Amino acid sequence: MTLFYLFGAVAVIASLLVIAQRNPIYSVLLLIAAFGALSGLYVLLDAPFVAVIQIIVYAGAIMVLFLFVVMLLNAPHEETEHDEKVHPLRRPGPMRFGAALAVALVVELLWALTRDGGEPAAFEAPAVSSVRTIGHVLFTDYAFAFEVTSLLIIAAMVGAVVLAKRDSHSGGASAPPM
Amino acid sequence: MPTLNDYLILSAILFAIGTAGVFVRRNLITILLSIEIMLNAVNLSFVAFGRSLGSPNGQIIVFFVMTVAAAEAAVGLAIVIGLFRHRESLNPDSFTSLKW
Repeated sequence: MTLFYLFGAVAVIASLLVIAQRNPIYSVLLLIAAFGALSGLYVLLDAPFVAVIQIIVYAGAIMVLFLFVVMLLNAPHEETEHDEKVHPLRRPGPMRFGAALAVALVVELLWALTRDGGEPAAFEAPAVSSVRTIGHVLFTDYAFAFEVTSLLIIAAMVGAVVLAKRDSHSGGASAPPM
Repeated sequence: MPTLNDYLILSAILFAIGTAGVFVRRNLITILLSIEIMLNAVNLSFVAFGRSLGSPNGQIIVFFVMTVAAAEAAVGLAIVIGLFRHRESLNPDSFTSLKW
């Protein structure tokens, strides 16, 4: 229970700081910390496979991609001149709406989760944590979805290359075709 | 021992933080990061439900969600790079050409 609170507090605080930072680099680094805490929570949930791919894929690959882009774009700071002067409650509509929506969402979900009087118990079902079981189910029941996933990755890769490619007639130093 | 409800409440809080980030921030990269927070909140509830039901399906769905998140991050960041080349800005308010 202590570990749950520790990891949960780290995840929540780091996530809050992610959306409170002005500098995107700090946001990315704090999000990596939040993902580390989530990985700890997955270990507590007897899901070591998910915990490991959370670190390797999310923190190791996706966040590094973000970090690359932030540094590539020279980390422009958010335009703060009008944000700083305006009281948070008087900012333009979407911001107020978003903050109110988030508060409403939390209240609603907490209410829904605590309303039922049934006493919550610790997990009684046996844990399914072996990678062998997961791999077996993944390659039998979910084999088609797994194969479609590879198509998705190909499409995303080609799309990212096409989108990020410089126009050949505007920039002389375009990357050579791969 | 933490119960299923504890995990779901934590997941709800993280999801709400992500929602707030999408609406409150004026930076495309931070908005994408907030979307990642929301995806991870959902992953946490999937794993918690799978643990509660004693089923491996929760962890497998997390695998697929992570794949989609990776694809989304790659394409989204490519779009961000393209937008930044056009306007030298990451503020979503400066991309309003399609606004009617």
